[in-house]
Amino acid sequence: MTDRTASESNIIVEVEGVGMGPAKPRAIRLDRSDVVVQAISYVTITLFALFCLLPFVLILSASFSSEATIMKTGFGLLPKDFSLAAYEWIFKAPRQIIGSYIVTITMTVFGTAIGLFIIAMTGYALNRKDFPFRNHVSFFIYFTTLFSAGLAPTFLWIARDLGLRGSYFAVFLQLLMTPWLIILMKNFMRTVPYEIIESGKVDGAGDFRIFAQLCLPMMKPALATIGLFLALSYWNEWYLSSLYLGSTVEFKPLQYHLYNIINTANALRNSVAGSNVSITNLPSNTLKMASAIVAIGPILLLYPFIQKYFVSGITIGAVKG
Amino acid sequence: MSRNGTSQARKSLLRQLADSKVLLLMCVPAIVFFVIFNYAPLPGAWIAFTNFNYRDGIFGSPFVGLRNFEFLIKSGQLWLLTRNTILYNLAFIILGNILQIAIAIMLNEIRSTFFKKISQAAMFLPFFISAVLVGVIAFNLLNYDTGAINALIRQTGGDPIKIYSTAGAWPLIIIMVHLWQSTGYGSIVYFAAIMGIDRSLYEAATVDGASAWQRIRYVTLPSLKPTFIILVLFSLGGIMHGNFGLFWNLVGNNASLFQTTDIIETSVYRMVLSQNNFTTSTAVGLYQSLFGFALVMTANWIVRRINKDYALF
Repeated sequence: MTDRTASESNIIVEVEGVGMGPAKPRAIRLDRSDVVVQAISYVTITLFALFCLLPFVLILSASFSSEATIMKTGFGLLPKDFSLAAYEWIFKAPRQIIGSYIVTITMTVFGTAIGLFIIAMTGYALNRKDFPFRNHVSFFIYFTTLFSAGLAPTFLWIARDLGLRGSYFAVFLQLLMTPWLIILMKNFMRTVPYEIIESGKVDGAGDFRIFAQLCLPMMKPALATIGLFLALSYWNEWYLSSLYLGSTVEFKPLQYHLYNIINTANALRNSVAGSNVSITNLPSNTLKMASAIVAIGPILLLYPFIQKYFVSGITIGAVKG
Repeated sequence: MSRNGTSQARKSLLRQLADSKVLLLMCVPAIVFFVIFNYAPLPGAWIAFTNFNYRDGIFGSPFVGLRNFEFLIKSGQLWLLTRNTILYNLAFIILGNILQIAIAIMLNEIRSTFFKKISQAAMFLPFFISAVLVGVIAFNLLNYDTGAINALIRQTGGDPIKIYSTAGAWPLIIIMVHLWQSTGYGSIVYFAAIMGIDRSLYEAATVDGASAWQRIRYVTLPSLKPTFIILVLFSLGGIMHGNFGLFWNLVGNNASLFQTTDIIETSVYRMVLSQNNFTTSTAVGLYQSLFGFALVMTANWIVRRINKDYALF
């Protein structure tokens, strides 16, 4: 006991209130190096957090700027000549953007629900110690991350042999699951005590009922985390669309729609007004930025709610599969 | 006797199947998925050894042996793509891990929970956006006429830079954007590892009069070493695979930058989508897959020797 108090008093540095006369010395459990390290940490973290946020501010400001001023002075951190013109253009003829929203929301909702169900089922079975084929199935799934046919054969197979070129299903189906998400789910399932499964068996419940009625309700954090990853991959999808949809569909998934707006002048024009408006009359710079904001909007709005699941997901996912 | 044994073994396999039929059925949707989208295209890699044409199909097209590979090697393209892919990934791995560790350590030093939460939220945000949006941000910052960087240069009286035709600037830009997007996300693993360090180690260090620097140097960093080694080894296993979305949305079809920016994925994508060149792209893909496979196996073998628990298989 005495030892402890003695050493404690060593690390309590008495800091006198500056310019406060003989004020009571405040006891702080910090020495000078702590203060320096903390100061550096606060400053660096603040700067890095700002560095991460800055691009979003740039886009947001640009979307609320007047095109003429942007053409003259370029993009900046603050809106230049505050203007809603770009958003007015988008919402004057919202057909394209609404179509894209419907496509993306439909895919995200159904893809996340179906994918999550299959992933949870598989993860549950693979985590069951008494499932004799768990290692075979695990390896069968894991092997796909080690070796793949590559883009060209996969593209030919899906587009030509399966005939999915121009079909939303080419995009929808391929995003349903990944080996990594199944492994992550399997790791989460470890947190369900085996006694629960055992007790279900004793009560005569079948394997599927044990899964659906006993395990799933306990897996809410896992379902939220993996659901979030699935939903993000559907929401942010543009790559498969560029391969399999191209210009074959009228309403492109949202991010692919944005991709076209950014990269082709025609897509920009068609997105707001059809071909009867000359490109030169469009506020193309601010319009691109406003389209980006419209495409990212829901993520920013939901962000505060989804962020915590994301952290738990990475942390558990880092544990070996 | 032996006959009896086999029949028993067979019986037990049948019984195993029967006993676990529900669990097996629960795996069927996933198995079907990977058969259709990952295993079925595998024979298509044969295209790499043919002069593929649509009419004759994959196995009817004339066999050309290794000619597609010869062409890739002789033109120097394979070397350029391999070099770029590996060098970018090395930069991402080295700089990324250093930055992630630094951020995790500094986050751990911060006492205010509120500040920690807000700053983490800001740092994770870039991870949530699509690669397309990364391209929008790059356009906002870098374009010649209205880009924010050139706007700043003009305001201060300098000469604006044609960034989209300056190949030398792009390794720096791509690395910066990658770090911007992935550092917050990557730091979570290290942060979790720091949280897992036994608190009594810090208390003991403090009792012994260690300064904050010394605690980081002699307690935190050594404790992070296993995590660091494992993460780096596994990233080295994936060193042949590039981040396609990032490169494509930053550079796209801008041929004047290819010397410093073209990686295997972007090159294959261009060949398939805009040139309809299935033979060369399959050859590149097969080379990448085989080389990558060997690297993962090696990385896993090394990890297994260090610590069996961390090995993937």
